[in-house]
Amino acid sequence: MSRILILGAGTAGTIMANRLRRRFAKDVAAGKTSITVVDEDPRHIYQPGLLFVPFGVYRPDDIVRPRRMQLHEDVTYKPGAIEMVIPEDHAVLLKDGTRLPYDVLVVATGTRIAPEETEGMMGPEWHHAVFDFYTVEGATALARKLSTWRGGKLVVNVVEMPIKCPVAPLEFSFLADWYFTMRHMRDTVDITYATPLDGAFTRPIAAQHIGDLLDRKHIGLVTEFNAGRVDNERKVLVSWDGRELPFDVLVTIPLHQGAAYLKATPSLVDDNLFVRTNPATLQSTAFPDIFAIGDATNLPTSKAGSVAHFESEVLDDNIGHFLAGEPLEDGFDGHANCFVETGFDQALLLDFNYDTEPLPGRYPLPIGPMTLLGESRMNHMGKMAFKWVYWNLLLPGHTIPGIPARMSMRGKLAPATT
Amino acid sequence: MTTMTLNDTTLDVDAEGYLQKPEQWTPAIGEAIAREMGVTMTDRHWVVCNFMRERYLTTGSAPSIRSLGKESGVPIKELYELFPRGPAKYASRIAGIPKPHGCI
Ligand SMILES: Cc1cc2nc3c(=O)[nH]c(=O)nc-3n(C[C@H](O)[C@H](O)[C@H](O)COP(=O)(O)OP(=O)(O)OC[C@H]3O[C@@H](n4cnc5c(N)ncnc54)[C@H](O)[C@@H]3O)c2cc1C
Repeated sequence: MSRILILGAGTAGTIMANRLRRRFAKDVAAGKTSITVVDEDPRHIYQPGLLFVPFGVYRPDDIVRPRRMQLHEDVTYKPGAIEMVIPEDHAVLLKDGTRLPYDVLVVATGTRIAPEETEGMMGPEWHHAVFDFYTVEGATALARKLSTWRGGKLVVNVVEMPIKCPVAPLEFSFLADWYFTMRHMRDTVDITYATPLDGAFTRPIAAQHIGDLLDRKHIGLVTEFNAGRVDNERKVLVSWDGRELPFDVLVTIPLHQGAAYLKATPSLVDDNLFVRTNPATLQSTAFPDIFAIGDATNLPTSKAGSVAHFESEVLDDNIGHFLAGEPLEDGFDGHANCFVETGFDQALLLDFNYDTEPLPGRYPLPIGPMTLLGESRMNHMGKMAFKWVYWNLLLPGHTIPGIPARMSMRGKLAPATT
Repeated sequence: MTTMTLNDTTLDVDAEGYLQKPEQWTPAIGEAIAREMGVTMTDRHWVVCNFMRERYLTTGSAPSIRSLGKESGVPIKELYELFPRGPAKYASRIAGIPKPHGCI
């Protein structure tokens, strides 16, 4: 009897449960292998859709489905909040006192925003003039605000890296430019993008391309801005080094942390409660029978659904190896693939991994149809089609035809080496 | 990987000048990197850099700004006075450890 326990049934946990169910189909049906998934929230949210909620493109109902429905019926779904992992006992304790023993554990509890970590962020202006859009509640409140707003200063700020989907705040700024243009009020809105990074994006070539786009769309860029506190009375965002950004609407991407229950197992996580994970095998660096996937890891690649999907192919094999007593494969290369919505039915596409930064070119074939690091309508159509792909291909754990887990240099234009 | 020469020593660095092999570091090299970045090192700067280096060498990852602020003995506000453009980035470069993951 093998007991596979998965913590979190979000993007990564759901994909893993459904893939492992397929791998061990006969054993699971015969009761020789069990696959159990724990989650505390009965709603599965299509998070990439949260970007469009503030602009009324999607309503909250369009992006939420029941969580149990996304899991194969042979997977055991255990609703409940996790209290702690006890690696020495090979068991997980839930808040209601249930004890779940495991032979292999997969941590897939993602990341949460922690606005309470920034002074004044959750003050009187929270969800009145200060908004997040990474939660259904935040995105909905922001939609209400923007639909009646008369204009003024809009500040979009990333508090600290890493955040999930590091392109989402840029996309938000581009869509804001589009939204206010369509409402014939762009000239009354001043948009500023403030980031702790020294450019518009983490890696140099993409930072240059995206910086140019911000410029063309008249979006101000403030770099190396480390937000220290929100002054609710004066409506200014103050950096640790004393710079001030006045706002009428502040859209914040608050500090991100791993799930709070991981605090109880310090040997498993880093300071931000992300699981210390082997970058190639996805095994915990502390306990051999624990693995991690998705936003919950500390790996130096984007926290994105596409990453969870690519990781799942590697983790599926490695859990097979682990349970069979075989050596693990160094299968994961950090592959990430992100559409960047730029407004007016256009989008960019980024494709990169641990070693290769996002490059210009065509994707997935040298003839396209997608364009890397350049705006196109085809990319936008890819972005909008991702919703269907997410529910129907990604979550059930299928491989996507033509898009392998490992990054390929096909179609990419390598920079001249210096 | 590229190399850089400082104090007559050849160092393995990444594209942005972060040391890739912490064992090639000495306090004098830290001092030289700081000078290049326009930072004049004081005892308080060293408290931060030593804490970061120590933590990286024992755990394999650099501390976050928040735990630096809580545990290094230098509060966050002062961290930004010492390294106005980003304590994690600047201190890790001077301390001779790779760029913190959070910056990716
Ligand atoms: C605005 C926005 C736009 C995005 N756009 C894109 C995009 O275009 N493309 C893309 O690829 N990705 C995008 N992403 C990122 C993507 O949604 C995430 O990377 C992905 O969902 C990560 O999956 P995960 O399973 O690791 O975490 P999640 O899907 O967040 O799942 C974690 C689960 O763990 C559960 N959990 C946490 N703690 C506990 C506990 N203590 N007890 C019980 N259960 C718990 C939660 O309820 C949750 O269901 C976007 C994200 C946002 C917010």
